[in-house]
Amino acid sequence: MTSQEKYKVNSSGYYGKYGGAYVPEMLLPNILELQENYLEIMSKSSFKKEFDYLLRDYVGRPTPLYLAERMSEKYQAQIFLKREDLCHTGAHKINNTIGQILLAKALHKKKIIAETGAGQHGVATATVCALMGMECIIYMGAVDMLRQRPNVERMKILGADIRSAESGSKTLKDATNEAMRHWINNPTDTHYIIGSVVGPHPYPDLVARFQSVISKEIKFQLNEQIGRDFPDMVIACVGGGSNAVGAFYHYLNHSSVQLVAAEAAGLGIDHKKSAATTFLGTEGILHGSKTLLMQTADGQVTEPYSISAGLDYPGIGPIHAHLFDSGRAHFCAVTDEEAMHAGIDLSRLEGIIPAIETAHAISALDKFEVKDQVVVINVSGRGDKDLDTYISWGKY
Amino acid sequence: MNRINEVFFSKKKNVLSIYFTAGYPKIDDTLRIARVLQTAGTDMIEIGIPYSDPIADGPTIQDSSQKALDAGMSLKLLMVQLQDLRKYISIPVILMGYINPVLQYGFGKFCQDCKEVGIDGVIIPDLPMQEYVETYQRTFEEYGIYNIFLITPQTSERRILRINEVSKGFVYMVSSASITGAKQNVSQEQVDYFVRIQKMNLSIERLIGFGISNKETFKNACKYASGAIIGSAFINQLSKDASDEAIISFVGSIVN
Repeated sequence: MTSQEKYKVNSSGYYGKYGGAYVPEMLLPNILELQENYLEIMSKSSFKKEFDYLLRDYVGRPTPLYLAERMSEKYQAQIFLKREDLCHTGAHKINNTIGQILLAKALHKKKIIAETGAGQHGVATATVCALMGMECIIYMGAVDMLRQRPNVERMKILGADIRSAESGSKTLKDATNEAMRHWINNPTDTHYIIGSVVGPHPYPDLVARFQSVISKEIKFQLNEQIGRDFPDMVIACVGGGSNAVGAFYHYLNHSSVQLVAAEAAGLGIDHKKSAATTFLGTEGILHGSKTLLMQTADGQVTEPYSISAGLDYPGIGPIHAHLFDSGRAHFCAVTDEEAMHAGIDLSRLEGIIPAIETAHAISALDKFEVKDQVVVINVSGRGDKDLDTYISWGKY
Repeated sequence: MNRINEVFFSKKKNVLSIYFTAGYPKIDDTLRIARVLQTAGTDMIEIGIPYSDPIADGPTIQDSSQKALDAGMSLKLLMVQLQDLRKYISIPVILMGYINPVLQYGFGKFCQDCKEVGIDGVIIPDLPMQEYVETYQRTFEEYGIYNIFLITPQTSERRILRINEVSKGFVYMVSSASITGAKQNVSQEQVDYFVRIQKMNLSIERLIGFGISNKETFKNACKYASGAIIGSAFINQLSKDASDEAIISFVGSIVN
């Protein structure tokens, strides 16, 4: 590993001290199969060609990099919005599911499983399964199924089999547990499409590579618009952290680019109901990797809270734990209330209603000095799915 | 000699190991159940450390873990409950649990406390062999705690040979590609796998677990290994009736 690559995964599957593949023997053959094959498959020109083609003609890439003039005026900065909300299915999640289903096909897998929290990754997975004619099973926490009914129906319309996770807290982490158990029981013909840069190596790396298209586009789009291919700051929200990794990826070694990660503070970091992992978490092992996670002193994983269902995961991807530890990225904690106001702000100033996840990233503009800076905010998703939350919040 | 080795030394066949979750069904049941299991004729005991996210376990063990946690069970409390373990228990006792609670407890302290209370071995399904060898093996050995590895029908021959070298006491043969939980019967595919491993003539003893639930499945598994492990079926028994008599009668139904 060269020092140039100190923020990317090393040959043992670690980012600094975080990462690894802490999986039971029952899952190991699947993980080894992926570890041994993913780079070779992804580097094949036929793979790249199909991936690029689907991203362009099916997903709608490149997504625009839009200079938000009224927002820029407000902050006296040059603020660009990377419009992942304009991707097919309404969020960046599909970049990864397109990549992973092609990977699954190359590995001759017949069935797909996935977990979902808010339902965005589930919808993106159900979508690519329909596209490829593959059987699709989505695990979703029983509590989340009640909270995210429209997405449950979207997945059903797309032909997916939705299974309710009834264990533990019945939310995202439990859906992930159930998906892993399903994979243990069906080890040979099934590929598990993890939705974020979490899980055992090589998942964090392969998801990061599929999402890296975001910063690849930012580079050439910025170059076209301002004559240099880097901003002063990139801001993204972090739950597990896949959209953030995508937006940071090609700037990881570009030290003049400030990387800002907005975590969900829920009711506040001094409150029990929060999901700000770098503020409240400690080192531990969750879903197969060593990372920062929210847990009790006894090592039991605690249930996080955020108004945004996409950010209430008790851990963060190991790469983010490493970016946090090394100081390469700056993390801030955004409360529900701050995020909701930021969401309204973007709606009123630019005519874009963001997903509440994204609204956390918008709010980070108030937490850092951005005057006279070139700032890129990753608009990870659109707010259509969150209308009920906006409505019940009501302060607009 | 480690008590695990002693068992296999004195008993070549039909070794019965029984698993139960610490603090289930009642938080202070741990030592009582261990004592009754010994009295009833169990050869070895596995005590599960409850964990919030047990991905290798089926609904029965998940449920017992969650109930134990809800009642206030923790690894710290388990070590306290086991203070007097060796006053009453002479058979081997193994702790089975996931890596995260062990790391939060402090790995060195965990090994030290295991030794102090008289734990003979541990099974940590999500501690991979590579990590074990690089980071943990020395401390386990320093305290004389055996780390027991799992193998499955999908584990490659090369890996099995490596596990044969690294595992201590015995290897835990997971009977099928599955999470824990009682199943109907033993399939031909499983028998083929048992025979395949039997023919490898490993130097280490083998116990078969996952899906062993009664005398029939126990006897069947014992044809291909030194013995077998019963977990979920015993937890189901405890959920129905955890009295001393019920436990004695459950074990009796398997060994007699």
